[in-house]
Amino acid sequence: MDKKETGVQMQTLRRVLQDLKHDWFRLVLTLLLAVLTVALTLWVPILVGNAIDGIKGAGFVDFDAVTRILLTIGISVAVTALAQWVMSIVQNKIVYEVVEDIRNRAIERLEHLPLAYFDSHPTGVTISRMISDVDQFADGLLMGFTQLFTGVLTIIGTLIMMLRIHPGITVVVFVMTPLSLFVAAFIAKRTYTMFRVQAETRAAQTAMINETITNQKVVQAFGHEQLTMDEFDAVNRELETASRKATFYSSLTNPCTRFVNALVYAAVGVTGALAAIRGSISVGQLSTFLSYANQYTKPFNEISGVVTELQNALACADHVYALIDEAAESPDQPDALELQQAEGTVRFDDISFSYTPERPLISHCSIDVRPGQRVAIVGPTGCGKTTLINLIMRFYDVNDGAIRIDGHDLRDLTRSSLRTQIGMVLQETWLKAATVRENIRMGMPDATDEQVIAAAKAAHAHSFIKRLPQGYDTVISDKNGALSQGQRQLLCIARVMLCLPPMLILDEATSSIDTRTEQKIQSAFQKLMQGRTSFIVAHRLSTIQEADLILVMKDGQIIEQGNHESLLRLGGFYANLHQSQFAH
Amino acid sequence: MKKLLRLLADYKKECMLGPLFKMLEATFELFVPLVVKSMIDRGIGNADRGHIIRMCLLMALLAAVGLSCTLIAQYFAAKAATGFSAKLRRALMQHIQRMTYTDLDTLGTSSLITRMTSDINQLQTGVNLTIRLLLRSPFIVFGAMIMAFTVDVKAALIFVCAIPLLSVVVFGIMLLTIPMYRRVQEQLDVLTETTRENLTGVRVIRAFRNEKAEAQAFRQENDLLVSMQKRVGRLSALMNPLTYVIVNLAVVALIYTGALRVQTGVLTQGAVIALYNYMSQILVELIKFANFIISVTKAVACGNRIQAVFESGHPVPDDDSEPEIRPENRGTITFDRVSFTYENAAEPSVKDISFTAKRGDVIGIIGGTGSGKSTLVSLIPRFYEPTAGTITIDGIPSTEFPRRALRNRIGTVPQKAVLFHGTIRQNLLWGRGDASDDEILDALKTAQALDIVAAKADGLDEMITENGRNLSGGQRQRLTIARALVRKPEFLILDDSASALDFATDAALRKALQELPDRPTVLIVSQRTASIQHADTILVLDDGQLAGIGTHEQLLKRCEVYREIHASQFSKEVRSNG
Repeated sequence: MDKKETGVQMQTLRRVLQDLKHDWFRLVLTLLLAVLTVALTLWVPILVGNAIDGIKGAGFVDFDAVTRILLTIGISVAVTALAQWVMSIVQNKIVYEVVEDIRNRAIERLEHLPLAYFDSHPTGVTISRMISDVDQFADGLLMGFTQLFTGVLTIIGTLIMMLRIHPGITVVVFVMTPLSLFVAAFIAKRTYTMFRVQAETRAAQTAMINETITNQKVVQAFGHEQLTMDEFDAVNRELETASRKATFYSSLTNPCTRFVNALVYAAVGVTGALAAIRGSISVGQLSTFLSYANQYTKPFNEISGVVTELQNALACADHVYALIDEAAESPDQPDALELQQAEGTVRFDDISFSYTPERPLISHCSIDVRPGQRVAIVGPTGCGKTTLINLIMRFYDVNDGAIRIDGHDLRDLTRSSLRTQIGMVLQETWLKAATVRENIRMGMPDATDEQVIAAAKAAHAHSFIKRLPQGYDTVISDKNGALSQGQRQLLCIARVMLCLPPMLILDEATSSIDTRTEQKIQSAFQKLMQGRTSFIVAHRLSTIQEADLILVMKDGQIIEQGNHESLLRLGGFYANLHQSQFAH
Repeated sequence: MKKLLRLLADYKKECMLGPLFKMLEATFELFVPLVVKSMIDRGIGNADRGHIIRMCLLMALLAAVGLSCTLIAQYFAAKAATGFSAKLRRALMQHIQRMTYTDLDTLGTSSLITRMTSDINQLQTGVNLTIRLLLRSPFIVFGAMIMAFTVDVKAALIFVCAIPLLSVVVFGIMLLTIPMYRRVQEQLDVLTETTRENLTGVRVIRAFRNEKAEAQAFRQENDLLVSMQKRVGRLSALMNPLTYVIVNLAVVALIYTGALRVQTGVLTQGAVIALYNYMSQILVELIKFANFIISVTKAVACGNRIQAVFESGHPVPDDDSEPEIRPENRGTITFDRVSFTYENAAEPSVKDISFTAKRGDVIGIIGGTGSGKSTLVSLIPRFYEPTAGTITIDGIPSTEFPRRALRNRIGTVPQKAVLFHGTIRQNLLWGRGDASDDEILDALKTAQALDIVAAKADGLDEMITENGRNLSGGQRQRLTIARALVRKPEFLILDDSASALDFATDAALRKALQELPDRPTVLIVSQRTASIQHADTILVLDDGQLAGIGTHEQLLKRCEVYREIHASQFSKEVRSNG
């Protein structure tokens, strides 16, 4: 890892500690408990050794001493267990509460991020930041607490204890233990290549399985089963070989380190026993040493794993912090107006806008819409129709000029009151994973059941809702696939029908819906638009012809505006479009 | 699960010897405390340096022999486990190849893929671990107890008490926490879904000013998750302290009993140390064993899921005999009051359909989404069997045709233009394995797809990436049409296959089909009246029923549904692009 990365990690670590700061009391408590636990755990083998020294041989048993020591062991064990238990619980609490807090901060931030964030970050990435990154961070933090800290303490503690009993034998342990680490690292390095081969072969087979089974019907339609099997068998045999090697070599680690540990144990045994004959160590102390030698290598093996885990956790924490640190959208002006019952005058006053400075999109655009007018927006894919919707809803702010509703600059209004005045039905029919009723009520949570049903009837949705398994209480989910695209669209219309805002934005594309359902949706749209200023991303000729104002867009510019007749007379882009597309 | 284990039969030797060698290793490990005992009692007691060194070498030897035993066992385990999983994967793949469309529908492709991949991997791990640990851990635990008996019966009774106590704690806590951890995972999934909803629905949520409510809902789910995590954390936090207490109390009891026995001369100091060492071995192995049980439980669950797939398919054996076909019947299809209901569906998708197609006819099938068009044509190659009525093909009831022979006569172009990883040629050869390049080029020409191949640097050898991502939708569709034509089929089924083609190409394709020397009987499924209006017969489907049958002109006069569709499309075609 290079220096820069380490620097970032240090920064992240500092920030994690900052987040833990208000919990300092519990943190210090767990650290103290950890020290206590480790010290007592290391003390017990010494006590056992002392007790054994009290059992010299027939007739030479010092019962007073042994009983006293055993009592001490009992008490120390009880204290250790209690300390360990309290420590784990406190650690759990600290970690999970930090994680809860981080997730809550993240969702809070998410609700205030500008739309630009969502348009430029894939959904999957943000989800993994909020869910799996936070989860791995929690795991790493817990492990860091429990294993890294106590592991280091145990190693140091064991060394001190051993040195105090017999420096000579300690050197034997100290010199030989790295051997087991070395063996483990050696095997890991060798197996790495085999694991890679296995992973690659497995990926190839999975790709083949995916492709074949997903399209199993085509395979059968063409009678290709046998050839498919032949191809499969070839990869399968390769995978078997790769897998066998990887599985075998990776399963060598434990036996080999166990073997090295056994050698350390034997070495301690022989040096200890010889020292005992010389009288520089007692038999009890030898048994203490033997149990230390058994335990000593364990924290080493754990720590090497924990360090990677911790680095990973910090990297994950970094992702989450990056999300929390994203700049929020500009807050509403302190003296922002609450727009009430808008009349519906919309003016684009020489506005310019682009998503990125390098690619100018809309420049110097002016539009005038009177209350109740229908505005159709026409143009090829990617010409900026959605951008206009984004600007009117104030999902994005204009770079220059101003959009005014009833004479107010959008930026002088609260976002919430502006959006209350506009009903929006998009081509992409997003519904919550909640009941039909809750979905319709979205814009007006206190609507009565009668109002909900009335809205659904107006949107031609009531009849199919009634036929759903639980009617209005049916939970909408993708899994059941219960609703067709057309039905979802009708629910979105009902959702707006309930609020009946003074202005509308409609994206009427219905390409995946069969033509008869589409007509129903059309008639619902018609009803909705009566007497309301409406912006319609228009696809059908009838909508376009009936519109009071047609905006013809191309490459982000409104290149022509007017009504159907005037545009045809103009003989420009619209007239051309009409000629080529509509004259089949 | 049991039936799957039959596949292990070829690895009987490995499955028996593996655990045996593991047990041998464990035995050698169990001797170590006795060696230490002798080292202390005889070596230190008699100041016998030679004995100490001999005992030390013995320990090293035990370790070395133990190591070689394990290596053999690990190899057997790896061989049996990977061999078993390879066999299982093959058997399952073979089974899937023989499944009917109904089986595929009910089981679902994504779950079949999971069975084939991650479930079998889990099972492989399970078999591997079983061979390695099934005997070793229990053997060490009970072995330690038995060795304790050889040292001293009275002291060994302490083992008899401690082992069940430890087992209860270890297994009890694990059994209690497993379902809790599963619920934590489920709650985490809920949180994931809530997050996803907030991201995908951000425009709607903001338009309806629901940000606060959504954040509140998230916080509630998050809160629930954390309280569940804390609860399971509290329980599993008991494991270490409790086992620590039990083991050490047992040690205290051992030493005390030891002290009494040593005083009377029944035991030596070294024997007490040996007992103490046996006690320390138990805990580690018990925890290992409990973890092993968890892995095996998971593997058994995977195994059962795989077993269920084996049991749920209904492959029908097919004989390969070709039925006798009279030449005058060639190329004809007759539906006689045919109905079909999907498995578990309440209503039939196709109801009471009758029509006849003569050789070389073009049959158009039109209707709204979900009206049963695709279902109707999928009955012809016997992808599904009609639930009522009969289909006659080439004058023979379709059920009397072996599936393979029947499908060989039919070129199918599915709705979704699916191509496979490989070259364009390899894909086209799916139609007929022995087709020459000239025949392939002819098919491409008819399918209006020659320009695709011409534009590629490698021509027919151009690689198609997975799912045909390096081709446009229209190109893929034309290639799938060519693939069906390579077969020189007697019947050609175009299941809404021209939807990605523009009008001109669509028309050119239909014209080219008409001009083929050996004209197939064509069934065109479409949503567009323009694609089928020149057909000899048009079937209009509405809700699975035949709403009208006839030519374009007849239907415009007679059939209300057809008129509606046509009218709605007249305006639909008159659309701007955006």
